[in-house]
Amino acid sequence: MARRELQEINAGSMADIAFLLLIFWLVTTTIESDMGIKRQLPPPVPPDIDVPQAKEQNVFNVKVNFLDMLLVEGQPLDIQELKNKAKSFLIATGDGVMTHQIGTEEIGKNRDVILFTGANGKTNAAFPEREWVRKSDVKMKIAEYEQIVLIAEEKNKDAFRKVLKSWQEKLTTINLLGGDYKQLPASALISMQNDNNTTYNTYLQVQNELQSAVNELRDELALSKFGVSYRELEEVYGKNKQDKTTLEKITAVRALYPQRISEAEPRDAGATYY
Amino acid sequence: MSKFKKGGKRPTGSISTASLPDIVFMLLFFFMVATVLRTEDEKVQVTRPEASELYKIEKKHLIRYINIGTPMDKRYGSEPVIQLNDQFSQAVEVQDWILKERQTLSESEQSKMWVSLKVDQETKMGIVTSVKQELRQASALKVLYSATSRARTGTEE
Repeated sequence: MARRELQEINAGSMADIAFLLLIFWLVTTTIESDMGIKRQLPPPVPPDIDVPQAKEQNVFNVKVNFLDMLLVEGQPLDIQELKNKAKSFLIATGDGVMTHQIGTEEIGKNRDVILFTGANGKTNAAFPEREWVRKSDVKMKIAEYEQIVLIAEEKNKDAFRKVLKSWQEKLTTINLLGGDYKQLPASALISMQNDNNTTYNTYLQVQNELQSAVNELRDELALSKFGVSYRELEEVYGKNKQDKTTLEKITAVRALYPQRISEAEPRDAGATYY
Repeated sequence: MSKFKKGGKRPTGSISTASLPDIVFMLLFFFMVATVLRTEDEKVQVTRPEASELYKIEKKHLIRYINIGTPMDKRYGSEPVIQLNDQFSQAVEVQDWILKERQTLSESEQSKMWVSLKVDQETKMGIVTSVKQELRQASALKVLYSATSRARTGTEE
């Protein structure tokens, strides 16, 4: 008998089968996207402690009522205007001038800011007063704390080192920005309060607009000073935590526009505002 | 007598496609390994709101989810409920749940836990606030308000 030659099986259709499987898989799995707005909740407050109230001019109040209407600094406001209003709060200098300076250079100047007087008699001029952070002062402080760290008791040294480090950071910030800058007072914050019947969507939109105000100002500053947006800086740093220069840039931008969006303690039911 | 043949075209041999399935299978396996499968099924209807200032958390294993929305199964009513893991829960159970979930992480990562709040956009804030208060009590302070992405408003600048 003649031996038949063993024939090769045609594997061409295997590719098709595998492709079908691949496409089936791609279609059926939903890739979980975990995107969202990051927030740090405040730590729980013990009931017997009185929370100190910040100066009124240092707080940007946003209230949302049960009809999803906004009351910003005592005045009703459309949500589309919230971002600009929050920006004007963050760039205000407190002396009625809607710019703030790095050295002699003005930043955040070409902006339409309408001076308004709120129901509580507050005007834009009564927005938080930025304080100058001057190179000479910072250098003096650094010298001072270097001495203190040297002579301090061992148990206190770490605390003083931290203070020293924060002053050193301010010096690098001045060097990076190219001049003295004005910083927001420590108590300046954006405060948001909502009703129990506010819908979640409105709540999130308000949070988003406030975050957007901070992010846009940061991006603007980072772009003009370092040529990249703040977001990119964060991404670069996120990939490489050893990257000191990027971290310094991030610190510099944050020094000018700190993110202080806080949520007020929830009110008791029944307390509604319009 | 010419050494070189002229004109005669040699038939080109067909390219072997035998390795194609292997390549595609590799792709398939890559995707199967790379995609994270949902382990729990959603019992509440959640339409997430849209927002522009979104962050993505790279380390997914640090995230725990709380879903809030109306039950999919209409027998459970039409009021918003909280879903922890696979079951409906009360706001007061959130603290215990957080403590349990924290144990599933290694000690060095326990403080890095994120809680992603997947809340339906029509939900009233009352239930969300009570969950948030419970999270604060449990010291789970890092939260992510889950949302889908959209463009920034007023990006003329």
